Amino acid sequence: MYLALLLRETYRTSAGVVANPMWLYVIRRILLAAPIAIGVTVICFALIYLAPGDPIQSLLPPEATQADVAYLKQVYGFDKPLPVQYLKWVSRATVGDFGTSIQTNRPVLGEVRRALSHTLIISIGAALLAFPLAIALGTLAAFYIGRPPDRIATMASVVGISVPNYWLGIVLIIVFAVELGVLPASGMGPQGSDDFSLTQWAQLKYAVLPVLTTALVPLGIIMRSTRAAMADVLSQDFIQTLRAKGLGQGAVVRHALRNALPQVLAVMGLQFGYLVGGSILTETIFNWPGTGFLMNKAILTRDIPMLQGALLVLALSFVSINLAVDLLQTAVDPRVKRG
Amino acid sequence: MSDPVSASAIPDRTTPLVAVRDLSVSFVSRDETVRAVNGVSFDVMPGEALCIIGESGSGKTVTMRSLMRLLPKHRSVIEGGISVAGNDIQALDERRLSQLRGSLMAMIFQEPMTALDPVYTIGEQIAEVVRRHTHATRPAAMARALELLQLVKVPSPERRLKAYPHELSGGMRQRAMIAIALACQPALLLADEPTTALDATVQIQVLILLRKLQKEFGMALIFVTHDLSVAAQIADRVAVMYAGRMVEQGSVREVLLNPRHPYTIGMLSSTLHGRVRGQDIETIPGSPPDLRALPPGCSFAPRCSRAIESCSAAVPAPIVLSPGHDVRCIRTQDQPAPFSPASTLAVS
Repeated sequence: MYLALLLRETYRTSAGVVANPMWLYVIRRILLAAPIAIGVTVICFALIYLAPGDPIQSLLPPEATQADVAYLKQVYGFDKPLPVQYLKWVSRATVGDFGTSIQTNRPVLGEVRRALSHTLIISIGAALLAFPLAIALGTLAAFYIGRPPDRIATMASVVGISVPNYWLGIVLIIVFAVELGVLPASGMGPQGSDDFSLTQWAQLKYAVLPVLTTALVPLGIIMRSTRAAMADVLSQDFIQTLRAKGLGQGAVVRHALRNALPQVLAVMGLQFGYLVGGSILTETIFNWPGTGFLMNKAILTRDIPMLQGALLVLALSFVSINLAVDLLQTAVDPRVKRG
Repeated sequence: MSDPVSASAIPDRTTPLVAVRDLSVSFVSRDETVRAVNGVSFDVMPGEALCIIGESGSGKTVTMRSLMRLLPKHRSVIEGGISVAGNDIQALDERRLSQLRGSLMAMIFQEPMTALDPVYTIGEQIAEVVRRHTHATRPAAMARALELLQLVKVPSPERRLKAYPHELSGGMRQRAMIAIALACQPALLLADEPTTALDATVQIQVLILLRKLQKEFGMALIFVTHDLSVAAQIADRVAVMYAGRMVEQGSVREVLLNPRHPYTIGMLSSTLHGRVRGQDIETIPGSPPDLRALPPGCSFAPRCSRAIESCSAAVPAPIVLSPGHDVRCIRTQDQPAPFSPASTLAVS
C-alpha cells in the first residue's frame, strides 16, 4: 500500500498541494531498479547452464566412478532441480554468500572483491584521465565545428575508437617497457596484488600502461558525444541571448556545458560501467588480476559458482552505476520530470 | 570593467544614437552567396522608436543582429558603417564589444520559448547580466532581478525568480526577457519581433509595456515586425524593408497614411484592417526575389504594376519627399499616389 503511494506520479501533501520532492524520486528510482536486479540474477544463473560442459567432469579424473560423480554433485548442490538451485543460490547471495570456487576452494565473494578492487584501480584511473580530457576536446571541437580543430579532434577520436586495445597494449609495452625501459611491462609489482599501494610510485607505475590502454576507447566515445551534444546546444537560440547579454566566451561555455551535461553523463555512466566489467584482453596482456582476468579463468575452468558470482556482482554494479547516473541527471537538469 | 553607458549619459538629443551607413551583409558559403542586406542607411535618435517593417527574408533581423555584431563571424561579410553612441561596432575588439552588449544596447528575441537558457532559473539569468555589467554582489543582483520582474509586471515575482523557463507561459517568459534586456538600463533596445510568438491578448499587453518602459527610460528602440498594426502602436518612425533594402522611411504618420513606394502601398492594402466584409483582400502578385541572384535595379520592379524599363537599370537613389520621409522609387515624382489605405489604422 505504501509502496503504491510511492510509485505514484505525484504526491499530495496534507495541505492539498502537489509536491514532488527529490527524496521521493530517489526512492522511486531505487524501487524501480529492484525488478531489474532480480532479472539480472535469473539471467546470471541461467546463462551458465546454456553453455555446454560439466564442471564436475573437469574436476574429476576420467577414471572416476559414477558414485564419485554423484557424491561431488551432491556436495556442490548440482543434483537438485534448477529452480531449487536458483532459489538457494539467490537466498545465499543476498547475505553475501556466493558459494565456493570449484577451482580454488575459496569463497567466491572474496575472490570477486579482490579482482574488482584491482579492476577499479584501472577503471577509475582511466575515467579520471579520459573523462575530463574528452569533455575538453569535445567542447573545443563543437566550438570550431567543421573547421581544423574539429577535424583533428574528430579524426583522433575515430582512431582512438578503432585501434584494438590488445594491439595498443602490446605497442605500449614494446615502446615503454622493452625499448625505453621506463615502465614495467606487466603484473602488479613486486609486492604483488594484495597490498597494492596507490601512493608508491614503485607500485603505481605498474598501472600506467593498463590505464593508458583502457582510457583510449572511452576517450574517443565521450569526446564524440560531447561534441554532438555541445554542437546541438551551441546552435540553440539562447546562446545568442547569452552573447547579447555581454557574456564572455567562458560564461557561454559554462552555460552550454550545463545544458549538454545530462547527455554526456549518460554516456559517461555507460562507459564507466564497461570499465568496471574489466577487459579480458587488456588484463590478460598486462597480467592484471582484475575481473576480466578472473572471469576468463572461470570460463576456461568451468568454475560455475565463481562465474555466477562475478557476473552477478558486475551486473549489479552496472545497474547501480546507471541508477546513480540517472539520479545525477535529474539533479543537474531541471527539465527532467521528477515524476 | 569600464563605465557602462546608460541612457542618462547621452543627454544630447540632436545627434543620432545609432547611425547606420550603407550596411551590406552577405552570407558566404562554398556554393553560394546570399545577399541578405544591401546598402541600408538609417539613424535613430536617443529616445526614438524606429519600426522596421518587412516580410520574412527582407533583412530586418540580419540588420538588427549586425547592430550587435551577433552574426556568425566566419560565415558573414559585413560592409558599411555601424555606429552606436559613437562606437564603431565593426572595429571594436571582443572584450569591449561584450562590455557594450547588455549595457549600452540590449536585445529581445522573437521566440521566448527558446531564447532563455532552460537549465538556469529566471532569477539567475537576470542576475547574471546585472553582475556582468555592475559590481553588484550575488544577493544584490538577485534583489535587482526581483525589482526588474516587478517592473515588467510579472505576477508573484518572488516565486518566478526561482522558476525555470519551462515553468512559465510564453508571455511571462517574454517579460522575463525584457527584464534581462532592461537590467542595465541600455540606451538602445533592439526588439526582434518580440510579440509575434505570443497570443493576441498577451501581444498587446507586452507591446504596451514595452512602449511605456521605453518612454520611462528614454531608450531608443528599434522594433522589427511584419505587423503594420504593431508598428502603428509603437513607432515614432517607420522604415520599410524589401529584399535587403530600405525602400521607404519616414514618420509613422507619413508612411502609413501617405505611403509612396509601390511596395508600401501594396503591403498596406493587403492588411485586413477596416476592410468591408466580403471585399477581396488585395495581394501583391509574385514573390520576393531570390537573395542569391538579385535582379538589377529596383528589386521590387518585377512585381510592380508601375514599373518601367529604367526601373531595372540601376538601384534607385533615395528621393526626399519631406524632411525625414524618403522613398527609393524613380516613379514617385511621376505619379503622386492618391491612395490612403491606412486611414483606419490607429496611428498614435
